[in-house]
Amino acid sequence: MSKPKTLFEKVWADHVVVEETADTPAVLYIDLHIIHEVTTPQAFSVLREQGLQVHRPDLTLPTMDHSTPTTPVSTFKDLLVAGEDAANQVRQMEQNCKDFGLELLGFGSGKRGIVHVIGPELGATQPGKTIVCGDSHTSTHGAFGALAFGIGTTEVGHVLATQCLLQRKPKTLAINVEGRLQTGVTAKDLILAVIGKIGVDGGTGHVIEYRGEAIRNLSMEERMTVCNMSIEAGARAGMIAPDETTMDYMSGRPRAPQGADWEAAVARWKNLRSDEGASFDQEVTLDASQLTPMVTFGTNPGMVVGIDEPVPDSADPSFLKAIEYMQIETGKPMTDNKVDVVFVGSCTNGRVSDIEETARILKGRKVADGVRMLVVPGSEQVKAQAEKLGLDKIILEAGAEWREAGCSMCLGMNGDIAQPGQLSVSTSNRNFEGRQGVGARTILASPATAAASAVAGYVADPRNLS
Amino acid sequence: MKPVTQFQSCTVVLPNKDIDTDQIIPARFLTTTSREGLGKAAFYDLRYTDDGSEDATFPLNQAENANCSILVAGNNFGCGSSREHAPWALLDYGLKAVISTEIADIFRSNSLKNGFIPVIVDADIHAWLLDNPGASATIDVETATLSLPGDRVVKFPIDSFARYCLLNGIDQLGFLRKHREQISKFEETRSWKP
Repeated sequence: MSKPKTLFEKVWADHVVVEETADTPAVLYIDLHIIHEVTTPQAFSVLREQGLQVHRPDLTLPTMDHSTPTTPVSTFKDLLVAGEDAANQVRQMEQNCKDFGLELLGFGSGKRGIVHVIGPELGATQPGKTIVCGDSHTSTHGAFGALAFGIGTTEVGHVLATQCLLQRKPKTLAINVEGRLQTGVTAKDLILAVIGKIGVDGGTGHVIEYRGEAIRNLSMEERMTVCNMSIEAGARAGMIAPDETTMDYMSGRPRAPQGADWEAAVARWKNLRSDEGASFDQEVTLDASQLTPMVTFGTNPGMVVGIDEPVPDSADPSFLKAIEYMQIETGKPMTDNKVDVVFVGSCTNGRVSDIEETARILKGRKVADGVRMLVVPGSEQVKAQAEKLGLDKIILEAGAEWREAGCSMCLGMNGDIAQPGQLSVSTSNRNFEGRQGVGARTILASPATAAASAVAGYVADPRNLS
Repeated sequence: MKPVTQFQSCTVVLPNKDIDTDQIIPARFLTTTSREGLGKAAFYDLRYTDDGSEDATFPLNQAENANCSILVAGNNFGCGSSREHAPWALLDYGLKAVISTEIADIFRSNSLKNGFIPVIVDADIHAWLLDNPGASATIDVETATLSLPGDRVVKFPIDSFARYCLLNGIDQLGFLRKHREQISKFEETRSWKP
């Protein structure tokens, strides 16, 4: 009998073209390469310089999300809202896709959106695939039991030219989340608690597998939120074994296998779980029932605290620098802080269920005076679905802005930024200094907490609103 | 890529932990379609104050560090995004290596592909470097060693293939493309098709 294998080891072994040796890394085959305008121009330049073609256009999924305005775009002039360089980058992406024979999901396609939102919604993201993208939040796709990780632009060139990467096999980390989440506590709170526990470098060199009752009970969109932030714990990837929830989500999606292929795929996917007795290099266990809504107070996602707990103190210089930047008082709960901006969106929390949760809180309420709230759907399809449900009306009636799809204020590349000194409650993934604009102070939270904070004008506990 | 073998320099110290890629190069500088000229954006928000003047308290702005090409940084340098613009910016600025107790995976991988050397050391060596800014250090890629004053020589971990490519200035795409036949065979014979 062969040695029990982890989910990661099964997917890895299924994609090794050439085994690794002491002297050389493995040649690993990539099943899906998602590309966007920011991290590919220099890779296409290398292809041009070396006279190379894209090896598998059919396994390459191009879209545009980072440098795109979240105001309507129908002409080139509309792109200039995000700045001239950003507009040129978008135009360069269109040209590169044309020159290399790639089908771009661009403006007017109805399918454009954040790379990590459109892969799953199209059904291109599938269990057991290897998926890469020049974006660290590629870990999102691990929610389906895919091995998915972010790569640099040099590696984007490698995958375009060969559909392969040179990789050393990473280590494995099991995160067991036992018990059930309490009402009002979400997947975002769960992953923030995980990062708070293991630290922003706790997963370095590892692929995480999330396991346990609390993980099994999550919807696919919630699982994506969890896997999305694996990189914020330093991990290359985060995975969750596919189950009935996964199959239900996949079924009928345009790029999912159909007919007899579907039956064969499901049979294969059912084997994608860690065998009984499989060993991990590290294991961590959390009790989901003890978790409360979580918010960050510092300048990395590991500086996190329960919403009704006092902000901790430390004499560590990096900690003190973060507290000074954030202008946060230790020893007091985060709910004492007045809010200027609220952002709902991003590859972490920009899906339909996130917009629904936001609208649920906003319904019949108003965004507090002096607070600017942006709600940015993760994709054109998310936008259309939300509008079909009438969520846009609730959001607009509450006094928030309802925007076009894109990464937007998660990283502020497109002109959607918070002003210096402003406090932003954001459903995105990074509270780094200046991430949402020079001098902007970011608090990471769930959509429910973000919406409750918009209504209160202060960081607020969503459990206090029905 | 030009071969990288050995270099010596004074060290410049940024003691903070978790220096992320948004600090190394803020996202608003990523709208470029070139990899050239990004040095001007390196550590931009740390180098300049709100009015656009240089922040004299930032170590890289201080005259005694002007010629230092080896950075010593707090734990977990390069965490955050996958932007290869980070090592491009550091190299274009004139830096050649970073020494820390931990360096984030994607940044480390990107750095090695561009000839920027990530050097991981233990807590004792790190503490000494933090306490001795400006110390002379020599990084030797061939022997994978960091040499410090007082004849201290410490090994640092580096993937043997990355090291070989650095020493010989080898483009990894060329190496990968030598496997075209195996890749085609894999595509034809695998048990399922993506």
